[in-house]
Amino acid sequence: MNAITVQQLTVVYDKQPALEDVSFHVPKGSLTGILGPNGAGKSTLIKAMLHLIPRKFGHVNVFGKPYTEQKHLIGYVPQRREVDWDFPTNALDVVLMGRYRQIGFFKRAKKEEISWAKQCLEKVGMLAYANRQISQLSGGQQQRVFLARALAQNASIYFMDEPFAGVDAQTEKAIIQLMKEWKKEGKTVLVVHHDLQTVEDYFDHVLLLNKKPIQYGETQRVFNLNNLEQTYGGKISFLEKSPVLIQGGE
Amino acid sequence: MLDFYQSFLSSANVRWVLIGSLILGFASGMIGSFVLLKKQSLISDAMSHAALPGVCIGFMIFQEKSLPILLVGAAVTSLIATHAIQVIVNHSKIKSDAAIGIVISVFFGFGIVLLTYIQQNFTSDQAGLDAFIFGQAASLVRSDVQLVAISSLILVLITTICFKAFKISIFDPSFAKNIGIHVRFFNGLLLALVVGIVVIGIQMVGVVLIAALLITPALAARYWTDNLTVMAWLAGVFGSISGLIGAITSTLFSNLPTGPMIVLSASVIFFISLLIGQRKGLFLRAVKVR
Repeated sequence: MNAITVQQLTVVYDKQPALEDVSFHVPKGSLTGILGPNGAGKSTLIKAMLHLIPRKFGHVNVFGKPYTEQKHLIGYVPQRREVDWDFPTNALDVVLMGRYRQIGFFKRAKKEEISWAKQCLEKVGMLAYANRQISQLSGGQQQRVFLARALAQNASIYFMDEPFAGVDAQTEKAIIQLMKEWKKEGKTVLVVHHDLQTVEDYFDHVLLLNKKPIQYGETQRVFNLNNLEQTYGGKISFLEKSPVLIQGGE
Repeated sequence: MLDFYQSFLSSANVRWVLIGSLILGFASGMIGSFVLLKKQSLISDAMSHAALPGVCIGFMIFQEKSLPILLVGAAVTSLIATHAIQVIVNHSKIKSDAAIGIVISVFFGFGIVLLTYIQQNFTSDQAGLDAFIFGQAASLVRSDVQLVAISSLILVLITTICFKAFKISIFDPSFAKNIGIHVRFFNGLLLALVVGIVVIGIQMVGVVLIAALLITPALAARYWTDNLTVMAWLAGVFGSISGLIGAITSTLFSNLPTGPMIVLSASVIFFISLLIGQRKGLFLRAVKVR
């Protein structure tokens, strides 16, 4: 069964195509890494799928229905650097944002919601920091607060935008553990990723993207030198099979 | 001395003016907290300067100094200015700070031209419009103040109801959209609230300085707390205090414009907060460094 179906998704920035005719199906319960060089449109793709940016053309279906009808099933972890961490709020408060749909936008959070949010913080090892002002957290801790917020959403499908960028080993472990748990629960996860060395360990599916989709499929089948060279335009150097010497975010 | 205060406060009009400036200051500080966090301080300045030509046009069309008419005019040109900034930014390579600079000067300059024209061509009785530049609280009559007070209360009410939606739309707009908040609506609503403050505040504070009444109390409040709710209410209180002090001083000494007095009071509160604020006040920082 397909969790997500993307058909002919096209995004244009300043008359320049950022994404051209992207189509693929994501099976339910899969962990997909979205890979590609800088400027390949990886973040643009998930933002377009989530309808956060205008789309020129294309459809996104979630469990067979249009995205707009299924919004509530989807959780999202934005790039950490996209928000103002000097904002006057604390970790628990940020996690509670993941429950706003349940709490209601105009009401106060009930006790159950607060204890649920605290459980989520505990799962990522951040309970001790619940009342800490977010600017006083390290990069990895901030990322874990975002993860806890995603957990609090209790979604069926998760989109994560470069969660591994600039985090410590403990946070990396927390992210991987969470992804595995989600997979076990039959949840579907899409992750924008740029570290090619870890792809085979983290993801069972891979989308190779460079404005157009180069390949989508199971990691063992798709993640090979030939496809990577096609994606990265030959700017890639393997040292005997792997590891791969290429890095870079967007 | 006591007699003086008694007679001062017993004047019904003075009491009304004080109540009006108190509530206006509160609304302004609270809404200003969101404006500050959304980094739209400059836009609010453009919006307030742009209210001047609207006041003048309103007066020229209806040939009377009726507050509601002038305020509608102010709201219209203020919104046009906001829109103009967005159009310039979206359709040219001009950055928003430059676009704001252009819009402020064009609208304010136009306003001054219209004001001069009005002063030369209408009877002196109607020429009190220049009070709109720096504000003249004492010129407000009871019905004006009631309008200001009630409108301010409505603005505070809207802000409180939409508090959470504003908070998350400003902190993390992408996530806000993901959980079903109509971010564009709330962005628009915040601008509308700013227009509201500008419009009801210009007679008291004036177009030049009303933006300072929005931003300065919020900035001062930020030095005391890391909690948005506390910050917004504290900014409201700071705004009230500033409004009150400004209104009192300008009523006591005739010819002293209200706007500058309000803004000076707010600035004093800001400097005190900057020095001894609990969160990152300079004094505490110096102590911690040692």
